[in-house]
Amino acid sequence: MRANITHIWCHLGLVLTLGAMALPAQAEYGDVVLNKYAEKNGMRPVIYPHWFHRIRFRCKVCHGELGFKMRAGSNDITMGKIVDGQYCGMCHNGEIAWNVEFCDRCHSGLPGLKTKIHGGHSTGGPGGW
Amino acid sequence: MGKRNNHGRWYIAIALLFAGQTASWAADGVSAHRWSWEPLANDGLHDPSNPALSELQQPGEAFAGFPNDFPKIGNQVDWVRALESGVILPRTNIFPDTSIDVLDLDIIMEQTSQMPMVRFPHRAHTQWLDCVNCHDELFKKKAGANPVNMFAILSGEFCGRCHGAVAFPLTECRRCHSEPRKNFTGEFGAQKNKGRIFPPVMEMKDLGINQ
Repeated sequence: MRANITHIWCHLGLVLTLGAMALPAQAEYGDVVLNKYAEKNGMRPVIYPHWFHRIRFRCKVCHGELGFKMRAGSNDITMGKIVDGQYCGMCHNGEIAWNVEFCDRCHSGLPGLKTKIHGGHSTGGPGGW
Repeated sequence: MGKRNNHGRWYIAIALLFAGQTASWAADGVSAHRWSWEPLANDGLHDPSNPALSELQQPGEAFAGFPNDFPKIGNQVDWVRALESGVILPRTNIFPDTSIDVLDLDIIMEQTSQMPMVRFPHRAHTQWLDCVNCHDELFKKKAGANPVNMFAILSGEFCGRCHGAVAFPLTECRRCHSEPRKNFTGEFGAQKNKGRIFPPVMEMKDLGINQ
């Protein structure tokens, strides 16, 4: 009997410990994955870090001047448009920010990531769309 | 048998150690918890095998010297204070002829049931955002004309379009519900005076304004 109880504790301890160690890594708050077209075209998904950009630009630049809709996945962004100077291409043109030749700086995500806001608190809101 | 029992003791010891550590974090709250940002290679999003990963800025490096938010809240930095204090100087526009509008106008939203009323500061919002980001797609430009409620916000509408995604999360109730009903003698809706200057978010807790 006593051996059985110890055995149960042993497994419980293992489960608790492994469970604690396996807590999911936390993406930075506001990180957006864009993968509507990337992986279908043999590239890593794009990770857009809001934190990196808002240190340098106010929200109004991209969501006002550049016309990015404030809903992950609702902007139809293609490399063709970027090269034409739309969306990311307004800055990522070698003048304000690095140009499109640095593919891997943006196409930097793990395979299989879904288009949505990943970092952040879980609600039924933007993070869950 | 004896060998298995020994293993069992180790597992229990490790589990207890972890439980004790968690309890001490909870008890000490902020003071025991250092601010740390996950390196990009460990964030569950970035591909560690990407050769360009080392060329990207790490959040921990970028946020050094920022005014803090509480650990594990949003990006763990007080973005509004970072902007106001000049720690960051983010550009307001790309096109030279874009109009930069900042509006210093507080709105009191009184229909908040048992919660303190909401004081919405246009100033902090328009320092970051343009009027068109919210008006009129998310909010009509008339106090009382918007059926804002927490269910809709938690579903990502109204304030929830940003709060809970890129602006401070919806767990911070009292940052918005900051106006006690019983002490308020003015009129609801648009306020005549200049907007309130809010303290840094880390100090709001000390003042009993925060949760």
